[in-house]
Amino acid sequence: MMANSQTLTPSMKRQRRAGMRRYALYALLIGVGLVAPFVAYPVFLMKVLCFALFACAFNLLLGYAGLLSFGHAAFLSTGGYVTGYLLSSYPGITPELGILAGTLAGLVLGGVFGVLSIRRQGIYFAMVTLALAQLMFFVYVQAPFTGGEDGLHGVPRGDLFGVISLNSNLSMYYFVFAVFLIGFAVIQRAVHSPFGQVLKAIRENEPRAVSLGYNVDAYKLVAFIISAGLAALAGSTKTIVFQLASLTDASWHMSGEVILMTLLGGVGTLFGPALGAGLVVSLQHLLSQSPLGNWVSVVLGIIFVVCVLAFRSGIVGEINKMVRKNFK
Amino acid sequence: MTFIRKTLTSSIAIAATTLMASGAQADMSDNEVRIGYLADMSGSYRDLAGPGGLEALKMAIEDFGGSVNGVPIEVFSADDRNSADVGASTVREWLDERNVDMVSGLVASSVSLAALKVVEEKNGLAIVSGSAASSITNEHCAPTHIHWVYDTYPMANATAKAVVEQGGDSWFLLTADYAFGHAMEKDVTEVVEESGGTIVDSVRHPFPTNDFSSYILQAQGSGAKVVGLANAGADTVNAINTASQFGLVQSGQQLAGLIVFLNDIYAMGLDATQGLLLTTGWYWNMDDESREWAERYYERMGSMPGMVHAGIYSSTTHYLNTVAELGSDDPVAVRKAMAENPINDFFARNGRIREDGRMVHDMYLVKVKSPEESTHDWDLYEVLSTIPAEEAFRPLSESECKLVNN
Amino acid sequence: MTMIFGVPLAVFMGQLMLGLINGAFYALLSLGLAVIFGLLKIINFAHGAMYMLGAFTTLLGMNYLGINYWAALIITPLIVGLFGMLIERVLLRRIAHLDHLYGLLLTFGLALIFEGTLVNFFGVSGARYPTPEALQGGFKLGFMFLPTYRAWVLGAALVVCLFTWYMIERTRLGAYLRAGTENPALMQAFGVNVPLLITLTYGFGVALAAFAGVLAAPLYPVSPTMGSNLLIVVFAVVVIGGMGSIIGAVLTGLGMGLIEGLTKVYYPEAASTVIFVVMILVLLIRPAGLFGKEA
Repeated sequence: MMANSQTLTPSMKRQRRAGMRRYALYALLIGVGLVAPFVAYPVFLMKVLCFALFACAFNLLLGYAGLLSFGHAAFLSTGGYVTGYLLSSYPGITPELGILAGTLAGLVLGGVFGVLSIRRQGIYFAMVTLALAQLMFFVYVQAPFTGGEDGLHGVPRGDLFGVISLNSNLSMYYFVFAVFLIGFAVIQRAVHSPFGQVLKAIRENEPRAVSLGYNVDAYKLVAFIISAGLAALAGSTKTIVFQLASLTDASWHMSGEVILMTLLGGVGTLFGPALGAGLVVSLQHLLSQSPLGNWVSVVLGIIFVVCVLAFRSGIVGEINKMVRKNFK
Repeated sequence: MTFIRKTLTSSIAIAATTLMASGAQADMSDNEVRIGYLADMSGSYRDLAGPGGLEALKMAIEDFGGSVNGVPIEVFSADDRNSADVGASTVREWLDERNVDMVSGLVASSVSLAALKVVEEKNGLAIVSGSAASSITNEHCAPTHIHWVYDTYPMANATAKAVVEQGGDSWFLLTADYAFGHAMEKDVTEVVEESGGTIVDSVRHPFPTNDFSSYILQAQGSGAKVVGLANAGADTVNAINTASQFGLVQSGQQLAGLIVFLNDIYAMGLDATQGLLLTTGWYWNMDDESREWAERYYERMGSMPGMVHAGIYSSTTHYLNTVAELGSDDPVAVRKAMAENPINDFFARNGRIREDGRMVHDMYLVKVKSPEESTHDWDLYEVLSTIPAEEAFRPLSESECKLVNN
Repeated sequence: MTMIFGVPLAVFMGQLMLGLINGAFYALLSLGLAVIFGLLKIINFAHGAMYMLGAFTTLLGMNYLGINYWAALIITPLIVGLFGMLIERVLLRRIAHLDHLYGLLLTFGLALIFEGTLVNFFGVSGARYPTPEALQGGFKLGFMFLPTYRAWVLGAALVVCLFTWYMIERTRLGAYLRAGTENPALMQAFGVNVPLLITLTYGFGVALAAFAGVLAAPLYPVSPTMGSNLLIVVFAVVVIGGMGSIIGAVLTGLGMGLIEGLTKVYYPEAASTVIFVVMILVLLIRPAGLFGKEA
């Protein structure tokens, strides 16, 4: 609407500068991502990227639509199981097709969950999604194709497009990095589009959005489905990286962990969840191999409590606040 | 950040040691024997192996003198939190970045199977002590791992056979409704019918189940003489507890636990478990040699060791002996040499490693004592009979393992 | 023998009885959640942990202080209730002005801390608590052998539920509570100490969970993780019942116990999923739950 006016207002200039800064930041981060596997262990980085995508997908729902899903593990595991099953049972399928199928399954499941839960708000919504995810957990325990408790093992990484072998950690890493960038771009576009603006409006004041004539439920449903699809994408990719899919990803503790990652990094910020995921994964990694290994869940619990009490905007949120205060 | 630094320093260290490696220890990679201990340290299998297993591993190293042919032994340990991807990625990192020579522990079957795939891919060596899945040395067998302590085959078969022989010829099976339970159900059904018994009825309960009262009631109504529990862990514990509340044993039926461990019996108490028949790979009070080791363990941990703890000590000692004899920690060579020597220590009697990676050794059929028979807290089993090593485990003629020529 | 859908009447009746007893646990736990939700508007994710703490306090009280079962029935809910009030005062109050989802997240974190800590000290195998002597043995009911202790659990849980209902619906304190649920600001203006009322309510809800924990101690192995799986089922019960009424929580809890019991006879594989299936059906037909008011 503003774009119709001919002259640039100071606020638009500021926006444009902020946009430039943002693109510079993107370029810097992509650069870091490209160099990273030469500095750190690639498999670890891939794990971080998968969880970062998972957390970003979750944040699309919590941060921009204000819906707290306590059942996102269902999508992560669905993506993983579908991809894992297809790749191990049908050797002709290439990894990218497997991932596509996993993502598709996540989208469908997201649609079903969404239709059932979207009319509820706040706490009710959280509990309905939790219960639905628990139902999926029981399905995966018993369904023959998941391997139940033992899980799916030895999923082949295969050849990308039938050409590039993913067996080397380095080529696998760049593939995962590309998947992450695509997922992140989808979220970035969704958030900065008119669709994202409406979502934020709904989050801030739902009755008002209704009175403006928006079909609130439809917007929420679409956000839910996108979020579910991207979570499944993360799960599919993770399955190919680790060559396995297991019940861990389907349990409700996983749904709790993704909330923690998002909360720690910053709810409703673009980069926050990715940063939070990186921190939580590193923390688990370091703790599990230290004498404090037994205390992982206690430490996660304490971070949860501290975040909620004192640190609600998360790391990126707090930094944003500081930047806004000092560089106005 | 620390992660990056660690990677860098370790690669520098590797470069340095390669340069410095002297003639005498040229075959010891990194001039260190590195053992990784992976187990559930905080979840539902904590008491089965967990911190106690790590202690047993350290005892084995101390008793060995802390070094092999002058080369120090280093231990890494990690909590797999019962998660296959945590376990597999830890092992992957150990092999990729830290050149770990042998992976020990390995408890939950899902974690073990995932970790073993990585070990196979990287040509490492793993000794499984905690897992129950007999598939580890059957359809999932590989030249890179050994299954040391027990598996479902002797646990289920020996117990079922003994129970039928004692007159328990009609069974009601309570099966956990997932792959593991189904496989057990199939095995037990075969054994019972071969031994001349019948399966009257069975019920499949969801996994996991908290309240077993309803199933126990069905078992009571079935009129079967024996109620077989084709489940494991918390499910078995809950089922046995509930059976005791409903007076299942008092009303003339008998319980047969198929996968039950010492720590389970201790936790449930003798009131609930008395008379239960089960198979075990080792019992701390079975002879002087075992008692001597168990007492030392008790002093360090404050609880008596189970067969998994003893097995970790036994396997580590055999591993170190082989490395010392061979003068090399090359996983492939060590794995081969380990199979050449028979194993006879306080844990394993008549032990040997078969070509499928199964370490076969004598197993024992035991009966849980009644509170009156028990003289102290840990006096729990009465050993009824020994099942000879060569009969206890799945015969190679039935094996689906790719390493076995059938 | 009379048969009901291919199952002997005796077995059928027995399963109903057992279902009802399980339902009593669901009822006690969902009642506590409902009371807390009513005034604080948060879902107490630490409810399962409180149930577990109740069982542990009972066990440790007996092992170290010699407190017997009957004393524990009173003392444990008091201790855990006071602990709950402390949590409310120190932690939950600070975030009371925020979105109530933060309360859910905070209590989730607390549950992780309590469970993780106890796992480190007591492991997970679970310890046994002996059935009190007066409640050992059982009745032959004709259709089943009913352990005395289970009959007692059913009776005790129902009495506590009724007592809670009476307190809330028929006493002055209950009236304050109901009014506070509707309009806390107005209550404050009338001179009622609303913050104190909130603290007491949270303490009471938690005490109900702890009471269920005491009842459970002789039935199930006392382990740090005993609450977390039950909690999810109780959440489903709460969703089915709707958050509106106290009596709704109790009736739904008992009803779900019965449905679960019947499933164990006819299709045991689905016993742990049936509640979630019912939940989905209810959500499709009555999104606010059976007894809930449309939000």
